[in-house]
Amino acid sequence: MELPPTPEEERARIIRGRNRALALILAASAVLFFFITIAKMKH
Amino acid sequence: MSTAPAPTIPLPTDWRDFFALTKPRVMSLVIFTGLCGLLAAPVSIDPVLGFTAILCIAVGAGGSAALNQWWEADLDAQMKRTASRPLPAGRMDRKAARDFGVALSVASVLVMGLAISWLAAAILALSIVYYAVVYTIWLKPRTPQNIVIGGGAGAFPPMIGWIAATGRIELMPVLLFAIIFFWTPPHFWALALFVETDYAKAGIPMMPVVAGHRSTRRQILVYAVLLLPLSLAPFWLEVAGWLYGASALLLSGVFLLLSLRVAVFRGGATDGDMRPEKRLFGYSVIYLFALFAMLVADRFLIG
Repeated sequence: MELPPTPEEERARIIRGRNRALALILAASAVLFFFITIAKMKH
Repeated sequence: MSTAPAPTIPLPTDWRDFFALTKPRVMSLVIFTGLCGLLAAPVSIDPVLGFTAILCIAVGAGGSAALNQWWEADLDAQMKRTASRPLPAGRMDRKAARDFGVALSVASVLVMGLAISWLAAAILALSIVYYAVVYTIWLKPRTPQNIVIGGGAGAFPPMIGWIAATGRIELMPVLLFAIIFFWTPPHFWALALFVETDYAKAGIPMMPVVAGHRSTRRQILVYAVLLLPLSLAPFWLEVAGWLYGASALLLSGVFLLLSLRVAVFRGGATDGDMRPEKRLFGYSVIYLFALFAMLVADRFLIG
């Protein structure tokens, strides 16, 4: 039987999830800004 | 020697709660109507810039939704429908919600201005202020007409989409704004009729709480009657073709019939069933999706 996570484990899991979400948003923003610049250059 | 229990440190907020703060379900309608406004415009926009415009509209809507929940956290705690939201459930700090809302709002307006146009950015900023300040802070707790005037906040996305594509304000985006503006009262009042007890408990002066069921049902019918010619106006003014015209006639006709059933045949009914009210509320969501989808289909199929 699996034991429920301790508060420390839960904290680490939440922080890990937040870091991943933030990294994804920053990477997506960088890619978006790159393509916006290319699109603006065409016009 | 006795040892005092270690103080419990609250858990950090999960990213899912930040996402929930943006009201993703409302956002889907905002994205859809914004996209329709952008696609229905008579000019084509670069796909990357079009995507950016819709993203900015969505992020702006998310920011204003976060600010709405930051301000209404105490009210949300009193209503069954909203008590499990991140703030009233205690899963998030109020300041974090406020800062998140401000950050999303500012970022969406800045990117819209820099990448698309400052006119679209100005209208986006206006829509955020309209929802977060004019509706949430000022109107909602003060007047039963809160939904009527506040409906303007939800009416901005197709207008912004259109302006992002064309760069100017014309008759058609104003008509799209007006359609959502007149659609909002019957949509929300149908909901307010069957969750009335929640609003009354929280002290929000929703129309059924203040004016009663009979008056609310009558007003639903008035807006449904006004919506019929308004939804047909793009066809009459020849800015949309027959496909849109026929669809608008059918969709608005059904909307009117369902409103008629709620208004005339039920009078001041307050029974627990509320099936016609729930049906009108459910149909009103489909109505808006279908009407705007037909507008885009008309533009691409009929031209």
